[in-house]
Amino acid sequence: MSDATHPAAHKSPARSLHQLDARTKRRNASERRFKVMGIVAIGIGLAFLVLLLSTIVINGSTAFQQTFIKVPVYLDPAKLDKSGNRDPDDLKKATTFTYAPLVQNGLLEVVQKAGFGSELSKSDMKNLISASAASQVRDRVLADPSLIGKTVDFEIFASSRVDGYLKGRVHRDEIALDKNISVAQLDLVDSLRKDGALHKGFNWTFIFGADASDSRAEQAGIGIAMLGSFYMMLVVLVLALPIGVAASIYLEEFAKKNRFTDLIEVNISNLAAVPSIVFGILGLAAFIQFAHLPQSAPLVGGLVLTLMTLPTIIISTRAALKAVPPSIRDAALGVGASKMQSVFHHVLPLAMPGILTGTIIGLAQALGETAPLLLIGMVGYVATNTPEGFWDGFVSPNSAMPAQIYEWAKRADPAFYERAWGGIIILLIFLLGMNLIAIILRRKFERRW
Amino acid sequence: MPVFWLAGIVVALSIAGFAMGRARAFQSSGGDARVLHSLPFYAGALVAMSACLPALIVLVLLMVLGSSPLIISIATIGAALIGIALSFPRISRDFRARNAVEAGVRGLLIAAASIAILTTIGIVLSLIFNTVEFFKLYPFTEFFFGTEWAPSFGGGSTLGILPLIWGTLYISLIALLVAVPVGLFAAVYLSEYASRPVRSVIKPLLEVLAGIPTIVYGLFALLTVGPFLVSIFGPNGPTAAISENGWMHAGTAVMTAGLVMGIMLIPFVSSLSDDIINAVPQSLRDGSYGIGATKSETIKQVILPAALPGIVGAVLLAASRAIGETMIVVLGAGAAARLSLNPFEAMTTVTAKIVSQLTGDADFSSPEALVAFALAMTLFVITLCLNVFALWIVRKYREQYE
Repeated sequence: MSDATHPAAHKSPARSLHQLDARTKRRNASERRFKVMGIVAIGIGLAFLVLLLSTIVINGSTAFQQTFIKVPVYLDPAKLDKSGNRDPDDLKKATTFTYAPLVQNGLLEVVQKAGFGSELSKSDMKNLISASAASQVRDRVLADPSLIGKTVDFEIFASSRVDGYLKGRVHRDEIALDKNISVAQLDLVDSLRKDGALHKGFNWTFIFGADASDSRAEQAGIGIAMLGSFYMMLVVLVLALPIGVAASIYLEEFAKKNRFTDLIEVNISNLAAVPSIVFGILGLAAFIQFAHLPQSAPLVGGLVLTLMTLPTIIISTRAALKAVPPSIRDAALGVGASKMQSVFHHVLPLAMPGILTGTIIGLAQALGETAPLLLIGMVGYVATNTPEGFWDGFVSPNSAMPAQIYEWAKRADPAFYERAWGGIIILLIFLLGMNLIAIILRRKFERRW
Repeated sequence: MPVFWLAGIVVALSIAGFAMGRARAFQSSGGDARVLHSLPFYAGALVAMSACLPALIVLVLLMVLGSSPLIISIATIGAALIGIALSFPRISRDFRARNAVEAGVRGLLIAAASIAILTTIGIVLSLIFNTVEFFKLYPFTEFFFGTEWAPSFGGGSTLGILPLIWGTLYISLIALLVAVPVGLFAAVYLSEYASRPVRSVIKPLLEVLAGIPTIVYGLFALLTVGPFLVSIFGPNGPTAAISENGWMHAGTAVMTAGLVMGIMLIPFVSSLSDDIINAVPQSLRDGSYGIGATKSETIKQVILPAALPGIVGAVLLAASRAIGETMIVVLGAGAAARLSLNPFEAMTTVTAKIVSQLTGDADFSSPEALVAFALAMTLFVITLCLNVFALWIVRKYREQYE
């Protein structure tokens, strides 16, 4: 105890504690600034997310709409079925060149009904409808020969320029240099639209149809590429899940701490960070050059993606195995199970939800991967043919959803950009679905010990 | 498809082997399975395994070697039958079938784990073989020190890697300039300031950015960001007043690819740094608050210095991602190889050139196609070094606080 007092204590304080001095003010201001910067950073991240998603939706949603022209086509038996016996083999001899004039006659009728016709030549009208119109009609006749001799209304794709005009992509004042469309044709389009012969409808062909050549943007669909992706995912699932689980079980439950185990661990963590394009090089050199597997085949794509996804699946499976408490293993061993039995009968079933979640996330990653597919020939290839039978789907050349999107993005006609954005919407819906399943699995089955 | 039939026959033989083995085990027990060492199931499984494993190994080996279908079929079915013939007679009352099966399963597990090593060996071998081929056709020094990249598929190309490396590094640098500050501040805010509910909403939202496929970012760069930048820095934008024709002449440019790649890397940086910041012990924070530091002072002067090695590791991992990224640069950066400082000019990268050299119609034995393997080798070595170094830093840092 001391009686000494601080000399200043006798005076009244110069300022109140409630009144901040300059230094405290500065420190508080810097505190606030720092916090605001954090909020701004998060805001930037979220703004980019919103911008990205809204760009996709705004640009891509129009791909699901398509302009159709209703054309009554008289299927002239004298031209389509010369023998008159409706034999399917004979009908196939009539090519699209035979059908094209019939479609044009039908179109002429529609145009004349709208009050046009004299000033537009036949080739002018050809630009209104898709180049695929004749084959569209032919396919339907081959499927149902009884239509021959009747006048049938066909919903024919309008050409991509007409489609673009209705969607606001093609403008009247910008088409002076465009060989494929003229102002007179757009006038015609407007009046056909008033008549109701020309209308917009939902575009099923885009979702289920095949890709089309450069000049037929209106006909291009992502269906075949979707099938290619499906086959690849099948390969990845069948190979990566068992191999990944087996590797994780070994590393987590059996491996002793030695050089070999270390080597595997280092390899896995490095493979997880190897650029995906390098896996494409591996696929090209090992599977195509060395093993002579067919180019552009979903089987090869699936193998490459399997090698790429394995590290992801192994890492998440090991986490799931690690989460099962040791007491489960001890109890199994205690009642006389072998080490192998304790793992396969007890630990593995308990870890299964975690393993499946990890696998689905790995699959989703593989589904969106593009770069390795470019190197094994899944682009530059117009995927038009449906594989014949289930097994053929693995080896016959095909594309995949992301590769198809890349293919469209590279083409010159802006009509394909719309398809590319639309393809992205479909791809993202798949990814969203897979991630939702993973989240639900985790919520529903995850056990905490 | 003869392979499917062959596989079918092997499966059928394995099933038959399973039934035979099980039946023999039952028989040897004299009707009381309790006297057996292993359950009859294991005896069956052993015979089935001895039938199908050697057969499948023979099948795959011969197919890779390219033998004729007849030899493959005979050898495969022969292997299955020999397997059954060798394992079946061993089954008796005291035979330890379970131990044998478990040894086999263990072998399979090891084989599965070794696939990671095989993949790495496969990558290295396929890169080395083709790179050596390339250097037989094209001088080593001109590739690594050449400042011009002008491939022509007719022959007589100049293939210097320096412009590609420059493009790669420049784009990665811009990407990191976007991603590191944004990602780091976001991580600091989320781990130090945000309340639990805010954090649980914002964090997954930011991670959505990491789940979006790179082709989407590529298209975004090509069709949205590129034209937008041209409208600002192009001939009709405000910069036209400073320099004639503006700074930017086409949508594909270093800036376009770099910006978009930066967006892609934000969640990568933020979630890695978040983990690292969370690993800094609470006692350091408490000590700092105790002597009167504000929250931001604690972060700036205590937490960030303590977490620095880990954050450097995270940034290096992000850099390795940026260097290896393909789709964004293929679509967003342009195709011209240039050594230029102007970020609004089109440049190209190692990955983009790997794609363009291997997707053309070039003959696989020409230097124009083989150069892709030399490029990939360079890329592989650079990213591998970055990854190993970064992982080493991160691990070392973790150990420090454990």
